[in-house]
Amino acid sequence: MMDKNLIIVGGGPAGLAAAKAAYDAGERDILILEREDRAGGILNQCIHNGFGLHTFKEELTGPEYAARYEREVAARGIEIKTGTTVLSIADKTVACVNAEDGLTHYRAKAIVLACGCRERPRGAINIAGCRAAGVFSAGTAQKLINIDGLMPGKEVVILGSGDIGLIMARRMTFQGAKVKAVIELMPYSSGLNRNIVQCLQDFDIPLRFSHTVVAINGKKRVSSVVVAAVDEKLRPIAGTEEEIACDTLLLSVGLLPENEIAKTYGIELSPVTGGAIVDDALMTSKEGVFACGNVLHVHDLVDFVSEESERAGASAAAYIARGGELSDCVAIGAKDGVRYAVPQLVRRGGEGALGFKMRVGKVAKDVKIVLECDGREVASRRRQIVTPGEMETLTLTAAQAQILRGAKEAVIRLAEV
Amino acid sequence: MKEMICICCPMGCRLKVYDDQDPIRVEGNTCARGAKYGAEEAVSPKRVVTATVRVRGGEIAMASVKTSGAIAKSSVFDALALLKGKVVDAPVREGDVIVGNIFGTGVDFVATKTVEKAQ
Amino acid sequence: MQIVIIGAGVIGCAVARELSRYDAKIVVLEKEDDVACGTSKANSGVVHAGFDAKPGSQKAKFNVLGNAMFDSLSAELGFSFRRNGAYVLCFSQEDIPVLEQLAVQGGRNGVKQLEIHTGAKIREREKYVSDQVVAGLWAPTSGIVSPYGMTIAYAENAAANGVEFCFCKQVSSLGYRGAKTVVGCLDGSEYEADLVVNCAGVHGDDVNNMLCADKLQIVARKGEYMLLDKTASQVASATLFQLPTKKGKGILVVPTVGGNVMLGPTAVDVDDKDCTDTTREGLAEAFDKACKTVPSLSAKAVITQFTGLRAHLTTGDFEIGFAPCKGLYNVVGIESPGLTASPAIAVEVASEISRAYSLAKRSDFVAHRDAPPCFAKMTDDERARLIAADPLYGKVVCRCETITEGEIVDAIRRTPGAKDLDGIKRRTRAGMGRCQGGFCTPRIMEILARELGCDITEVTKSGKGSEIVIGRVE
Repeated sequence: MMDKNLIIVGGGPAGLAAAKAAYDAGERDILILEREDRAGGILNQCIHNGFGLHTFKEELTGPEYAARYEREVAARGIEIKTGTTVLSIADKTVACVNAEDGLTHYRAKAIVLACGCRERPRGAINIAGCRAAGVFSAGTAQKLINIDGLMPGKEVVILGSGDIGLIMARRMTFQGAKVKAVIELMPYSSGLNRNIVQCLQDFDIPLRFSHTVVAINGKKRVSSVVVAAVDEKLRPIAGTEEEIACDTLLLSVGLLPENEIAKTYGIELSPVTGGAIVDDALMTSKEGVFACGNVLHVHDLVDFVSEESERAGASAAAYIARGGELSDCVAIGAKDGVRYAVPQLVRRGGEGALGFKMRVGKVAKDVKIVLECDGREVASRRRQIVTPGEMETLTLTAAQAQILRGAKEAVIRLAEV
Repeated sequence: MKEMICICCPMGCRLKVYDDQDPIRVEGNTCARGAKYGAEEAVSPKRVVTATVRVRGGEIAMASVKTSGAIAKSSVFDALALLKGKVVDAPVREGDVIVGNIFGTGVDFVATKTVEKAQ
Repeated sequence: MQIVIIGAGVIGCAVARELSRYDAKIVVLEKEDDVACGTSKANSGVVHAGFDAKPGSQKAKFNVLGNAMFDSLSAELGFSFRRNGAYVLCFSQEDIPVLEQLAVQGGRNGVKQLEIHTGAKIREREKYVSDQVVAGLWAPTSGIVSPYGMTIAYAENAAANGVEFCFCKQVSSLGYRGAKTVVGCLDGSEYEADLVVNCAGVHGDDVNNMLCADKLQIVARKGEYMLLDKTASQVASATLFQLPTKKGKGILVVPTVGGNVMLGPTAVDVDDKDCTDTTREGLAEAFDKACKTVPSLSAKAVITQFTGLRAHLTTGDFEIGFAPCKGLYNVVGIESPGLTASPAIAVEVASEISRAYSLAKRSDFVAHRDAPPCFAKMTDDERARLIAADPLYGKVVCRCETITEGEIVDAIRRTPGAKDLDGIKRRTRAGMGRCQGGFCTPRIMEILARELGCDITEVTKSGKGSEIVIGRVE
């Protein structure tokens, strides 16, 4: 058993930013545990550009963005153990394993969960058909191509038009594959317009909305998929089936926070985000355990992950330094088009400004995001457009935040302007 | 006239760009950024290209690369062909020039990832 | 004496192991590249108590005999087995006599400890069971096993006792050459045997019919399943049946020894004996009917689906014994409760063959097989010791199931060892968790290539033709 003030689980963008901020807030006894052989997380395989416009005011590729934070962490002499998998957390004791140290237990004063998310697999979306090779989640294909230099297939159908699906359409095309179609269940894409234009339209790749894959055919290797139109309840419409010959199906059908360790630790999770329920210090239902980045809720931009994680790191450092009594919370609900807002809880005894991040359920134009406290509008923000694919924010001034801290009930919702 | 979707924000305005007129006229945009984008995209569309190059003796098989600036959209596949079959020796450092001065444009393919030698 | 066994499913492997107690040269021919690639990899994994089968049938006899062997056999061969008990649930008062009839039938078959419980009592023990359930037959001797885990255990022990396994050997002809039976394979290879044992599962009729004038007919009966995430495993601790139907035991909600819960199977007769595709209709049926047992099931908890084929012989019973033609012994039509029956069938087959050919018992037979290390189930002390001995056990490859590189390497190096991703999955559970191999696939490909000494582009999912990638990025 070893003692460490702060254990950070995950050395991706969230963990690196949390470590940097904790250090800058005065904490020196920090250890980052990373299961892969290098830090940087999923950014290592996101070789496309478009990262960092908010954080660094320039457009970086994923590896470059990760390297900037790695350098910040290295410059501060923060210890990071790669190739190290956390097996469990109990009573603020982290059990982890690697080839060099074997099994190690760390007793921590605070823990930051920054372990990211995983892709929804085929099984979770119930596509019938064969068990042949050639079905990949988009992220697995991305790793195979961009890190391992291996080509998953040459005739490709992609299910899901989120950004990863779109990016992979271009990447496969660049490497000589024929992307025959991108199939999207919803009547809109959750991907950025920029990606629709530059990853699909540039190469005349058709994007078919309100369609899904209903069957995968093949014996040893995928030989075709069957796509069909869906009705307004997203059920396939009989008679609209169309077979597309291909050797590969990529799935880009959603990301899920990877919270299995949190679950076994007994951390309270939100059924909407799949992540922990946190207060405005990003502390979970377990005192001294914080969560940030995609393990808390799936973000659209890494810049927001970094920002949120720096807050979690600083909060953890402050918690270690001061400890102290935790005051009661006011819960912030979400309704009228807002699916969730994070943090879900705000401590009544806190002070200063507050920021919320949220997702909407569907596209809406000319709306405002409203915080209501006890039926009264306390803060609002006008938006020309909100979409499910983009995270929205609402920032409160210190004065507005004080009203919230004194409220009985609070809710964030969309309202017409 | 060219039709396109504006990529500047989630609005995704459907632009009509009259590139045969002088000055070029853009319709359908809701902001000035859209007008600028439409005009540029109609006349000389450019792209930053990101890809990979094979590494010999590295801790991983591939190093990621990007063009150091945007290149003409029409030359994207020709630029990618310069990376085909190319192998660089580890270590590769972020910023290393992998292919210099692509088609005399002054734009390079540079490494975006450091790949150390395999242990 | 040379014996050729056709088929390396649970029956072929169990028969091989039991025959390896005797002085004979034994070869197992398997058309796939691994053991347990057919029915044995995709079934309910239930060790049935034995009340379903018609009294006096082979099914009834071997079911009850087989069931009783599992405690000692699982310890001897190191595979997971648990007596979790089973309920047959009854949803209407009118059907209670059917339930009672089943209990009587079970008694006649020799099943012990059968009891009829009220709905309330069932829900005390299984709190997610529907409140529509009015009564149930409780069979405490029912158990669960990993069907492929058991098959692999049998195969490894058989190999350790000298049985030779030959993979990718699809039998295409059978004939006689002098006193010998000649087995021809699609790849041109030939095997001479004094006796051929037909354990070819859904293809058992094809094998019989190549040699024998008395034709058999096997119908492939397709069963579709869904597997739930471990976080949903509280929904059933016992195996939950509904009252049986004509085509089988109906849709189950059944725990697995791996810690998941499974729903299924459907029962549809199909023409294509190699088609294990799932269908929208089948999956919907499995889920909807399982909801009758456990109404709170969530489709969100499903992590994968699969199909198994049962070898249904048109006579309706197992066919075990010397065929009416020379040099052939049939073990065919081994559908449910075939997995349960397999240990007893194998003992019977080996004993009959040894008597017929006067085979002597070997003195050097080793009955015990060491179970492979399972990091996830170990204590911290055991883990520390394992890593100290081999640091590869400190590298977690599959994060969902906590499977280490050491376990994957072990699975490849065993005999017969894993050769592809599915083989690794069946032996170690790597890739079987909630991400379904999303993260660990590239890493396992690397390990397979390294251990097998092949190029990474040659690594397959389930044998030749199922290569994961098509080549290198240029």
